[in-house]
Amino acid sequence: MIKGKFIDNLPKVYGIYTGGFLVFIILMAIAEQAGMSAKLIGIFFVAFTVSIYAIIGYLSRTLQLDAYYVAGRQVPTVFNGMATAADWMSGASFVAMAGGIYFKGYGYMALLVGWTGGYVLVASLLAPYLRKFGCYTVPDFIGTRYGGNLARVCAVIVLTVASFTYVTAQINATGTIASVALDIPFGIAVYVGLASILLCSMLGGMRAVTWTQVAQYIVLIIAYLLPVFWISNKMGAGFFPHLMLADEVARIAELETQFGLGTVKNSAADLATVPKGLAGITKAHSEVNTTPWKFISLAVCMMAGTASLPHVMMRYFTTPSVKTARRSVGWSLFFIFLLYCSAPMLATLSKLSLMDPNLTTGIIGKSIAEVQAIDWYQNWNQANLMFISDFNGNGTLELNEFFMGGKAVVLATPEIAGLPYVISGLVAAGGMAAAMSTADGLVLAIANALSHDLYYKIIDPKAETRKRLIVARVLLFIIGFAGASIAALEIQGILGSVIWAFDFAMSGLFFPLVLGVWWKRANAPGAVAGMLLGLLSGTAYLIWVRNGGAGFWGITQLTFGIVGSLVSLVSMVVVSLMTKAPDSATQKMVDEVRIPSGRTVLGKQH
Amino acid sequence: MLSFFNLIGRINMSKQAKHWEKTRNLLFITLAIWFVFSIGIFFFGAEMEASSFRPFGYPLSYYMTCQGSLGIFVILIFWFANRQEKIDEEFGYTEREDD
Repeated sequence: MIKGKFIDNLPKVYGIYTGGFLVFIILMAIAEQAGMSAKLIGIFFVAFTVSIYAIIGYLSRTLQLDAYYVAGRQVPTVFNGMATAADWMSGASFVAMAGGIYFKGYGYMALLVGWTGGYVLVASLLAPYLRKFGCYTVPDFIGTRYGGNLARVCAVIVLTVASFTYVTAQINATGTIASVALDIPFGIAVYVGLASILLCSMLGGMRAVTWTQVAQYIVLIIAYLLPVFWISNKMGAGFFPHLMLADEVARIAELETQFGLGTVKNSAADLATVPKGLAGITKAHSEVNTTPWKFISLAVCMMAGTASLPHVMMRYFTTPSVKTARRSVGWSLFFIFLLYCSAPMLATLSKLSLMDPNLTTGIIGKSIAEVQAIDWYQNWNQANLMFISDFNGNGTLELNEFFMGGKAVVLATPEIAGLPYVISGLVAAGGMAAAMSTADGLVLAIANALSHDLYYKIIDPKAETRKRLIVARVLLFIIGFAGASIAALEIQGILGSVIWAFDFAMSGLFFPLVLGVWWKRANAPGAVAGMLLGLLSGTAYLIWVRNGGAGFWGITQLTFGIVGSLVSLVSMVVVSLMTKAPDSATQKMVDEVRIPSGRTVLGKQH
Repeated sequence: MLSFFNLIGRINMSKQAKHWEKTRNLLFITLAIWFVFSIGIFFFGAEMEASSFRPFGYPLSYYMTCQGSLGIFVILIFWFANRQEKIDEEFGYTEREDD
């Protein structure tokens, strides 16, 4: 079923799929009217979507190396763009980002700029050249370009550190959503999430992940955009929110002054009573409230991190040609843009729904008892995502007395704005899709690097195809399980660890990858020094700052990649120049990579 | 004088070196535009906020962070891809469709 013919029929197949999903939403809406309980709707949404991904995963099973590692290199441009967008937009983008913007405003929107600007670097510096190379994994490029097992192993180490940090956060996110939607304890929900992730990737590797990611993108983008448009229209804010919310943004600024944002401060004793993880609004919504350097340093780290994260880069190994790889980056960013430019709009609508006393949904300025009696407040308070307290004892809810978890901005806003529950179920399915698709890509990136680069290229180069694919799947299972076990411990928040993953990747891989294409003189000792010293210095800086170190140049634990990558650049250049230039075969290989036509450097099956 | 040497160099360069020079120039232009909209303008956050130019009524700083720069990146990548394809075509490095 999924052969050449399937590729030709892609628009039709996914068109039917999208139509089917919309019909499912309508059926659920009818069921809600007929009296189906909210809980059951949530379960239906998550179970239905996850089983579809699992079916796609099963249908895409394969016993071929290039299908398993690079989806047979036949994924069309636009579809690869969608798959990359799903691969890229994680639980952090879907669930946490609008919340971050809601609480922190302008300073936080550096992430929007960073997480999109990085694609310009991907398109111009790396993706087309790595596609021409014809590698299966990112360490495959490093290992062949620089030569020698040491460089390959270093790349595997950096990749594993960065991706593993990232994947625990994603499995955590799938667990959170599964536990809310299916009403099971988090410790179990994490393994339910893991099982669904493995169902998608285990049998078909990259091919299965590609086609499930496209399906997941469709679910997540509908789940994100539908509430934004609906709320905006319901509120009368404008039928196309992205271009029409200027008045609402101005209105929030007005209300902020009226409610004394920034002038009324909570005492430390009062704040101690607020449950952990919840926050109040402390920063203005649209005002420039951060120093340029703080904004720019965060954006720079996210951009360089984007260009070095292996699970994104390997998506461009699956296109049919260099030209399509390049165009595919543009499509990826377009599909990402659709969600990212909506996140600030959702934050605006959510904030106004809660703040504006002229709206029926507004709660600030109402009496405490009245708010405590609201249905959705009770639900989300029970889920530990909302909290109010009458600090000044006047019986009225003030702006500084309302606290909310970052996740609630996306998950609870439909309910707050008075949308039917079916939308909340849809949003849960979307969040699940976002977290699962990224986790799939990451687990596969790690498992492929270990099975192809460590096992096949170094330990047992004579292994047969069958054995290689078994090893790849066993590793996939082990890594997924390890990730879930760590996620179950709940050591760190979703967003913090995602940002760290970018910094790790940037510290160790950015310059070795870029200079591999753009600087012929770069050699193996230089690359090894760059990867190891970059990763070590970045990690050392992180540990130092975490343990109370003062840091320098205003670099925080969120931007330690700047230190790591600078050390990486300097050491790579110095060591390369001090050692022998690469031999003429390597130089010729780099020349070969720089032109799109002709054979790939590595063979079709290697 | 300098441009004279450049000219000599250009005549002697092989086809592949010329292709790479054009590719590199395109990269520099692309990265310059990227730099302006990802880093450059954000040195002037406060000035943008005070600006009387307000796209769709949003404060300029707010607009650039949530739509402006993002949209420019999308357009920039497609523009870059088109230019690079033209360069590849000019030197006959375009891939065959059946590759």
